[in-house]
Amino acid sequence: MTPASERPLTAMIDPAAGPPDCAAYGRAGGWQATRLALGSLAPAEIIDMVTRSKLRGRGGAGFGTGQKWSFVPKEPASERRKYLIANADEMEPGTFKDRWLLEGNPLQLVEGMILAAYGVQAGHGIVFLRGEYQEACARLHRAIGEARQQGWLGENILGSGFSFDIHIHSSAGRYICGEETALLTALEGRRATPRSKPPFPQTGGLWGAPSVVNNVETLCNLPHIIANGPEWFTGLGLGDDGGTKIYGVSGRVTKPGAWELPIGTPLRQIIEDHAGGMRPGYQLRALLPGGASTAFIDATALDVAMDYGSVEKAGSRLGTGMAIILDDRTCPIGMIRNLEHFFAQESCGWCTPCRDGLPWVERLLDAIEDGTGRDEDMDQLDRHARMLGAPGRTFCAHAPGAMAPLASGLKLFAADFAAHIQQGRCPHQAGAGAGAGP
Amino acid sequence: MTTIRIDGRDCPTRSDINLLQACLEAGANLPYFCWHPELGSVGACRQCAIKQFSGPDDRKGRIVMACMTPVSENTIISIDDPEARDFRASVIEWMMVNHPHDCPVCEEGGECHLQDMTVMTGHNTRRYRFTKRTHRNQDLGPFVKHEMNRCIACYRCVRFYRDYAGGDDLAAFASHDNVYFGRAEDGTLQNAFSGNLVEICPTGVFTDKPFSTVYTRKWDMRGTPSVCVHCAVGCNTIVNAREETLRRVLNRYNTDINRYVLCDRGRFGHGFVNAPTRIRTPLNTIDGQQVSVPMADALTAFARMAAKGRIVGIASPRAALETCFSLHTLVGPQHFATGQTRHEQECTELAHALLTRHPGALPTLHEMESADAVLVLGEDVCATAPRLGLSLRQSVRQASFHTADNAKVPRWMDAAVRTLGSECPSALHVMTPAPTDLDSVAAETFRAAPDDIARLGFAIAHEIDPSATPVTDLAPDDAVRATRIAHALMAARKPLIVSGMQYGSLALMQAASSIAAALARATPAAGLSLVLPECNSMGLAMIGGLPLETVMEQARAGEISTLIIVENDLTRDLSPADVAELVAAVPDIVVIDHTVTPLCHHASLILPVAAFSECSGTLVSQEGRAQRFFQVVFPPAPIQAGWRWIQALARSLDPPPRPITGLLGWRDLNEVLAALAMAFPNLAQAAMAAPGADYRINGEKLRSQTYRASGRTVIRSFISVRDQPPPASPDTPFSSSMEGAYGPEMPGALVPTYQAPAWNSVQALNRFQFEIGGPMRGGPSGIRLLSHAEHHDTEPHPYAYATDIPAPYAPQADAVLVLPDTRLFGSEELSMFSPPIIARSTAPMLGLPASVTTSDRMVLHLEDGPHILPVEPVPGLPAGIALCPAHMVARAFRFPRMARLETVPGEGERS
Repeated sequence: MTPASERPLTAMIDPAAGPPDCAAYGRAGGWQATRLALGSLAPAEIIDMVTRSKLRGRGGAGFGTGQKWSFVPKEPASERRKYLIANADEMEPGTFKDRWLLEGNPLQLVEGMILAAYGVQAGHGIVFLRGEYQEACARLHRAIGEARQQGWLGENILGSGFSFDIHIHSSAGRYICGEETALLTALEGRRATPRSKPPFPQTGGLWGAPSVVNNVETLCNLPHIIANGPEWFTGLGLGDDGGTKIYGVSGRVTKPGAWELPIGTPLRQIIEDHAGGMRPGYQLRALLPGGASTAFIDATALDVAMDYGSVEKAGSRLGTGMAIILDDRTCPIGMIRNLEHFFAQESCGWCTPCRDGLPWVERLLDAIEDGTGRDEDMDQLDRHARMLGAPGRTFCAHAPGAMAPLASGLKLFAADFAAHIQQGRCPHQAGAGAGAGP
Repeated sequence: MTTIRIDGRDCPTRSDINLLQACLEAGANLPYFCWHPELGSVGACRQCAIKQFSGPDDRKGRIVMACMTPVSENTIISIDDPEARDFRASVIEWMMVNHPHDCPVCEEGGECHLQDMTVMTGHNTRRYRFTKRTHRNQDLGPFVKHEMNRCIACYRCVRFYRDYAGGDDLAAFASHDNVYFGRAEDGTLQNAFSGNLVEICPTGVFTDKPFSTVYTRKWDMRGTPSVCVHCAVGCNTIVNAREETLRRVLNRYNTDINRYVLCDRGRFGHGFVNAPTRIRTPLNTIDGQQVSVPMADALTAFARMAAKGRIVGIASPRAALETCFSLHTLVGPQHFATGQTRHEQECTELAHALLTRHPGALPTLHEMESADAVLVLGEDVCATAPRLGLSLRQSVRQASFHTADNAKVPRWMDAAVRTLGSECPSALHVMTPAPTDLDSVAAETFRAAPDDIARLGFAIAHEIDPSATPVTDLAPDDAVRATRIAHALMAARKPLIVSGMQYGSLALMQAASSIAAALARATPAAGLSLVLPECNSMGLAMIGGLPLETVMEQARAGEISTLIIVENDLTRDLSPADVAELVAAVPDIVVIDHTVTPLCHHASLILPVAAFSECSGTLVSQEGRAQRFFQVVFPPAPIQAGWRWIQALARSLDPPPRPITGLLGWRDLNEVLAALAMAFPNLAQAAMAAPGADYRINGEKLRSQTYRASGRTVIRSFISVRDQPPPASPDTPFSSSMEGAYGPEMPGALVPTYQAPAWNSVQALNRFQFEIGGPMRGGPSGIRLLSHAEHHDTEPHPYAYATDIPAPYAPQADAVLVLPDTRLFGSEELSMFSPPIIARSTAPMLGLPASVTTSDRMVLHLEDGPHILPVEPVPGLPAGIALCPAHMVARAFRFPRMARLETVPGEGERS
């Protein structure tokens, strides 16, 4: 296992012991960054350190965190209502990294939020938590309550004059709430539909006030960046990006799971060294490198470094860094159908192409997988991949995300599609036991 | 102004709009759904996709949504770009995935924006081969039908209903392709503007329910421009008829007044025209029985009556200017009564005087929308002038527009502006005795008796201008409030004071005008608006005449032999005792009306007059705007316009009295209006409200049917296969058939329907406007008779502030001050003959302060006796005040009045 100093995010996580309390968190090095920041750093210095750390958003889009903050109006928190929101609405299929952080060390998130809020001078913190994360919710409540009791949250923290508190909003559901503007709309008690930009959340977000929405993993990096310095952080990464990343693998590997590794760790290393390679009898056919809304890459691209730029060059996206493996005994069309069923169901219904295009795609895939596909169905799938895939045609990135596995799958699995239509059945369901894992 | 290049063509355009609007204004056919000129852009439907190029050398370009992209200098775009066309066709195809394709049985068919846009994109082959999702429809009440399967989810309905009109019982439910627009459960839509869904919806999800029962295609109906008769605002309408039945009322765009929206009373109140209560033949009372008689007999009967002695005429604030004027001409000014009580007449005359001498602005409804501080002083405008209330509701967005301006977000970017403005303060102050629908968007509300509101108003005026009369003994809280509101108003660039005569308080209107005048010293844009009760209250005030009390005195003195009462149910104004006395004292009462009112039972002779849809005439709205309505239905004789009946009566007199010789010769409306101009110079311009009957375009009349009208022999073929000549009206320039001129340049006052090549729905209106949402290409509709322009010619005189400040209202132990509980549905006279409006009116309740509502029913003693009424608590209603839905309880009721209130004998107090 990597030494604890090289996996700052998860060093304190001990499933057997449960999450650390305030005192244990402090003994293990927590609160240092908060003391430092509130004691001797100006908000602008926090933003500068985070910018220099090259920390990029860990929710999937990979936008520079320091840069994101730089658009927030600079008034002190006491003079202007601003919000700092932790996006803990982890609903990307195959992704479970934030849950690990939330359940394992909620105080790390609390401290990350204090630092971010101090940096952008936001007086109000909100954790937008996936509804199903009930254990995380209970642990966060305990952590926030304790932090408040001990003066880490509330009025005039550490006598700095900075006041900040955190509320937990347990989501009523829907994948689209993970999109930052839809998240804001949902927080306002309205239908969770994305918003147009401008105004960007940093200037006109929650109830029109400046708001920053950061992913849980992003925020959890902050205590370590502030405590150890941006140069230390950039040094952790193997390539251009700074820090560590929680990578994960699901599918028919020997040891599915998640690991904190230097950002830029090659995909092959993650799958073979950490996930233990494919289960006996299964070959890796292709994979989604960073969740359901990233494009397939096949076995020839396994040496890609898992950082933002490298994965993009390989034709996909780093996304959440949580890979889903397609093995050779699972029908790729069945897998894509399953993904598109999810995306069609989770369309918010606001814009036409997404709302009515995705269900069409789902039905086409249903037909092909069920053996009633027609040749012209392929034209329709192509058309949808083209029409929905390009940015700017749909209101938000939901449909382009949904088209990533489809468009790449149409290329990679063209023969499978043709076989389904020609044979009028799913070839993977021919043999006994095939298609169903042991 | 700037120039953009659309498909290689340079088009000058405004710089503060989006590319969709710019393309449409340039005459291009670019399909769209979710955008609406009054609702702005949200980018939901993705239909208006175009290609935008970064510069002359950019060959690739990128797809953008025209409605979400601002016009900028050197914009280069393509609508015809193959990729953009392809995408737009795809968008329609997606919308059609679950659409039932039931156009042949859909009531939107033929005027459906979805049909137009589908044709425009070229999508014509269905490739979706799976089952359609279906929805269950809801019963939304008597106004609107619901067919959710037709929905293309453009979100216009909820944006209009919730964001624009403030409703909360229509919402978007569920998500993905199952999104549902409706109520949480079946039930009547509660918002006062629900009927606009019919026009806002681009397809047939929401359709006109009353129209459905007399349904016919748009192209088979005649249409003419009209004016709503159900309040004094003067909203413009289009009336549609087929054969001789009025089928429906649609909104007619008037950039200054109603723009895109009508209230439900205006849209569905027309049912009185076709109701069983219509009078269709002359009725003569012979031996105590009212019998139908031919016109000639009726006129002979009148001549006999007239020979007996003096004739006195009673006009009506709901009758057209021409009708009132002709009666005035027949009986002479000494014997002409306005048909109003002295008090009502004082109120309307005061309103006219205050508006005339107001040194600031007299804003139109559209101008009110941009008022940045509004004070409503003692008038529930949502009930008395609903469309005006809706304009005030829009005014509260001013602060959010300024926030958006600062954030460089265009004002038409609707969702973004609403996000930015979600916590912007309102600058609307509502001071009324009872809660109003505007309270929810008001910065503050204040509940008090009318006299106390007036006192506060005078105090505000004094605060603004110390030379205005001070108010003594003001409670400290009220003094603070007066100062606060005064400062809010003084800080505004465009403050507005709204009041009216709902509570019959002269002081309220005087206080309102004092504030507005005080503000106008420093802020010439300070506006004053006064709400009047009836569609021609202002016109009648400008003619003037005797109050009903004088008629009563003359009758008692035996000086009246014959009373001619035109379109006026005196039982609404006179107590039953007065009516009985009048009937006993006057030998012959001639009622000219279109509807059987209780007064008709007392008439010797009843003459059937044309309703607003069956004749042409002029109404003067509360802001002093003369507007013409035109005949769309040609009723069987002898139903005719009021002035023609009066002319017929005059002609039956032998010999005719000398002053009326002019009246005898009038041949058409033009001549009536010319005579009016001579007699009443202040009304001279009423003739210019619309072009006259002799107006022609290229020598042609204007057609009032669409060019797609089915053959005219077909329409009547179940009666006769003979070709009937189309009916003709001497009073209008319309041909009443499909022959004649029509086009976007035609005068704004004469647009009979909206249609343009490729645009068959009401959205064709875009083609009739210079700028979308701006003035009509053919010029304005109507003409303002009151103008504040003259004040700027001379040095402003010191404003003569009212000095008569009422005493504070002191509740009494044994009586309550009864104020009218004016209702959108239930208070207005004519709409209460319309079945869908009747269905929406709820049972009369007595509203009492919550603290004194101790029993379920109470006895209210009014002039006509005791009324046992169910009681409802009204939150915030001041002590000593009761709200009573006037004409639903006692026919004749004058406000304000003190009345005795008792518990019902034998009923205990509620535990």
